[in-house]
Amino acid sequence: MNATGIGAAVKRKEDFRFLTGQGTYTDDINRPGQAYAYILRSPLAHANIKNIDTTAAKAADGVLAVFIGDDMAADGVGGIPCGWGVNNKDGSAMAEPAHPALAQGKVRYVGDQVAIVIAETYTQAKDAAETISVDYEELPAVINMEAALAGGPLVHDDAPGNMSYDWGLGDLDAVNEGFKNATQVSKIDIVNNRLIPNAMEPRAGIGEYDTATGEYTLYTTTQNPHVIRLLMGAFVLNIPEHKLRIVSPDVGGGFGSKIFHYAEEAILTWAAGKIQRPIKWTAERSDAFISDAHGRDHITHAELAMDADGKFLALKVSTKANMGAYLSTFATSVPTYLYGTLLAGVYSTPAVYVEVKSVFTNTVPVDAYRGAGRPEASYLLERLVDRAARETGHSQVDLRRKNFIPNDAFPYQTPVALAYDSGDYNASLDEALKRADVVGFEARKAESERNGKRRGLGYSTYIEACGIAPSAVAGALGARAGLYESANVRVHPTGSVTVYTGSHSTGQGHETAFAQLVSDTLGVSLESVDIVHGDTNKVQFGMGTYGSRSLAVGGEALMKALNKITDKAGKIAAHCLEASEADIEFKDGQFSVAGTDKSMAFSDVALTAYVPHNFPHETLEPGLEENAFYDPANFTFPGGCHICEVEIDPDTGTVSVENFVAVDDVGRVINPMIVEGQVHGGVAQGIGQALLEGCIYDESGQLTTGSFMDYTMPRADNIPNMDVGNTVTLCAHNSLGVKGCGEVGAIGSPPAVINAIVDSLWGLGVRDIAMPATPQKIWQAIATAQTSQAAE
Amino acid sequence: MYEFEYQKPSSLSEAASAIKSADDGSLLAGGQTLLPTMKQRLASPSDLVDLSGVPGLSGISVVDGNVVIGAMTTHAAVAASADVKSNIAGLAKLAGCIGDPQVRHRGTIGGSIANNDPAADYPGACLGLGATIVTNNREISADDFFVGLFETALDDGEIITAVRFPIPEKSDYSKFAQPASRFSLVGAFVAKTSNGARVAITGAGQAGVFRVPAMESALNGDFSAASVGSISLPSDDLNSDIHGSADYRAHLVTVMAKRAVDGCG
Repeated sequence: MNATGIGAAVKRKEDFRFLTGQGTYTDDINRPGQAYAYILRSPLAHANIKNIDTTAAKAADGVLAVFIGDDMAADGVGGIPCGWGVNNKDGSAMAEPAHPALAQGKVRYVGDQVAIVIAETYTQAKDAAETISVDYEELPAVINMEAALAGGPLVHDDAPGNMSYDWGLGDLDAVNEGFKNATQVSKIDIVNNRLIPNAMEPRAGIGEYDTATGEYTLYTTTQNPHVIRLLMGAFVLNIPEHKLRIVSPDVGGGFGSKIFHYAEEAILTWAAGKIQRPIKWTAERSDAFISDAHGRDHITHAELAMDADGKFLALKVSTKANMGAYLSTFATSVPTYLYGTLLAGVYSTPAVYVEVKSVFTNTVPVDAYRGAGRPEASYLLERLVDRAARETGHSQVDLRRKNFIPNDAFPYQTPVALAYDSGDYNASLDEALKRADVVGFEARKAESERNGKRRGLGYSTYIEACGIAPSAVAGALGARAGLYESANVRVHPTGSVTVYTGSHSTGQGHETAFAQLVSDTLGVSLESVDIVHGDTNKVQFGMGTYGSRSLAVGGEALMKALNKITDKAGKIAAHCLEASEADIEFKDGQFSVAGTDKSMAFSDVALTAYVPHNFPHETLEPGLEENAFYDPANFTFPGGCHICEVEIDPDTGTVSVENFVAVDDVGRVINPMIVEGQVHGGVAQGIGQALLEGCIYDESGQLTTGSFMDYTMPRADNIPNMDVGNTVTLCAHNSLGVKGCGEVGAIGSPPAVINAIVDSLWGLGVRDIAMPATPQKIWQAIATAQTSQAAE
Repeated sequence: MYEFEYQKPSSLSEAASAIKSADDGSLLAGGQTLLPTMKQRLASPSDLVDLSGVPGLSGISVVDGNVVIGAMTTHAAVAASADVKSNIAGLAKLAGCIGDPQVRHRGTIGGSIANNDPAADYPGACLGLGATIVTNNREISADDFFVGLFETALDDGEIITAVRFPIPEKSDYSKFAQPASRFSLVGAFVAKTSNGARVAITGAGQAGVFRVPAMESALNGDFSAASVGSISLPSDDLNSDIHGSADYRAHLVTVMAKRAVDGCG
């Protein structure tokens, strides 16, 4: 193995600048003549706007301009588009109400954008915004999904019943047949709690217009600059690509929340053209809480049919998914394409049917958040399987093993559209059982009970779909974009390499992992490779980073371009070494002629490529630079087993996560240190969802958990030391055999945590606990169970 | 944050006249509540009178059976003080579980008790130990000092200079933190003093910190966890929010009081 190549746990190249405060984030950028913007937001969840008086604000100190929705409408600015169309069961199109960048006539959630105030300083803009008088006619708000569907106030007049779509997937007849033949049925009602992403770096942007060239530039905190250029340029502002540049420099975390095209991006870009000065806006944390797309928020009922032996016969799932007030960019795909299709899990259930109603409410739009649909699917399935095991008298391990898709069944076509290419679910379960010392659990439990505590063990054997992925499949399911990736490899005359990747990074370590691929393939040092991303004027069209796709799709595009480089370099070497191309071998950065001692270093080939004094120009082009686009044949399917052990203090309801084992199959590991770090972060977010994080609105639509004083982010002391391991089955359809690791932690962990809590309290009569399992909820659940047991 | 006048007096009398002459001024101690509130534009004092330049407001001494802590002494200093740890273990422990390290290195005892946040920790120690709050004008007993929600017996412009804690026989503080803010959802300070047992509860009460006479008399009979374990508070006057219902808080009062008695050793 090359010491800096595939499989090497090298330290991350980007960390020096991040850890020494030398990263360049959007807010670090300042443009000559820059003004500052404050976005005025709706304080009400639902109201008609009868009038907006901006007279005083326009006259306030330092104010350059104030714009409202009418101003954008007058300029013919389009609405914020949704990137994914989903059809109803009957084949009709979903309801897709308009989403103006600045509210027009109505506000639909607390945080809805109402006006932009631009001034010489941020404080002046904020002060002036306080003088804007908005005459709101408050309307009843609808927050709860059940109420929204049951004749609640309409969020949009053109979305009857507050529903965007009523979607179904699977063979309902086959499922009904399965239930007819069942001897045992387990049922569950489950809520997947709404989360507020809270990336460390708040969203920010600088809009700029160059009067000399007519070119607009938007610096923005996005995960996918080209997607923003396409959506904003083509659908909102009517700016052609060659006159619109999106720069997304270092990005301080995204977790999905920075995928979407946000109203502020369009407002800033448009307004910069209006006032012909650069305009900077940076969200305060309070803005982030009420304007970054939220995550999850499902209500589900599911039933699992089994035969007498515990073999799964059929699964029927009915889900309501909260969209919030508007359809965010990929919101519609999350509970369908990324959720419904995952409901076979790792099990060979022959029939699965899922229906999903997506619901408008007067809340912040909901969209993808680390895992996006797949955590909701794994949480549902693994909670249901846990319950089924308890109700049918199987052990957690036995019921799972009995129903795992066997190793010889791959490629495995599920009843919900996906075809899994590879996996070994027993292997990751076995490894996790060993690491978790499940054998010693009873003794540890007895010790806890001696101390007045309760102890539980929870399992999750999950699968997810990554690499989001084949354009053909995505297109058939409603995607309005292709989902390939691109790479350009530019070998410089002295042999150093710049890679332009259409993927992007929000801190995951691409500058290292991608450089390792280059180092491995070309035999050059890591230091001689730079990875460039995040600027549409530098990088060819690309799709960005989301869905754990950067390596599985972007890395493959890079491999494709690298292979073109070695092909071309081989031709050059053959010419220089006066050998036939077929005799050229390439190893450890040296081209050599088979069976001779003639060889040439990669860097010499590079130099020759740019100093082609004796090239046969008809057959050999100068230069060494290659471009590739890669559209995968399939998703990738990481999976694994998480085992969580908790101890509960019944006096207070406090949960302590005593041990967490994650054994994930992410395919071939390029950098074990990065993979481990990704799993640590993902599990921390999963534990956050399971124990701490819960977004709460009051009935009027005010966000009760609107700050860190009430919204509980996981902190270091909430998170145990984790035992993270891998089992490996290679992805069968990409050359690296990689599957993706960014989301496995967040997808696999929540059910393991909650199942462990249920395990610890089952003996007290507790049957369920909702996320986040706060001390109060656990104390209440114990008290309620004891009261009802006493009554019996 | 809105604009304000910043003043940094160099003596207590200067500070007193600065705050008196200010239109709508605030004293600035560690600023751990005031500054975030101002940043959120929820407070807009005309003047900030920064006490950090006033000599003699910081430090810890043991005088005549009391631990005296200057108003500008940080939580971190109290938590680390050998004098506090050896004389009033519960007080050192309490200071060490306020906020996070950053807060503990900026926040001060005087600022905390002047603000009298119902979920703050220090009011529990003051009331639980029968402390005396010393100001630039007078001395106020803790029993009289904490008047209600964010309300104290301080007059406008009155400046706390020190808090005098009588050294108890033993003491402990048991805190159940609100998960997000980590203020106390319920904190119980228990002390065995020469004048009998004292039990003060912070975080739970609608009107802020309060004593629990039933627990105190039970402890005067038998200073053991068992004697408070059977005493439960009615939930009527307790706080209720997303982090804890009044019933849950009432339950936690008993649990935390038991643990604090146990912790007294």
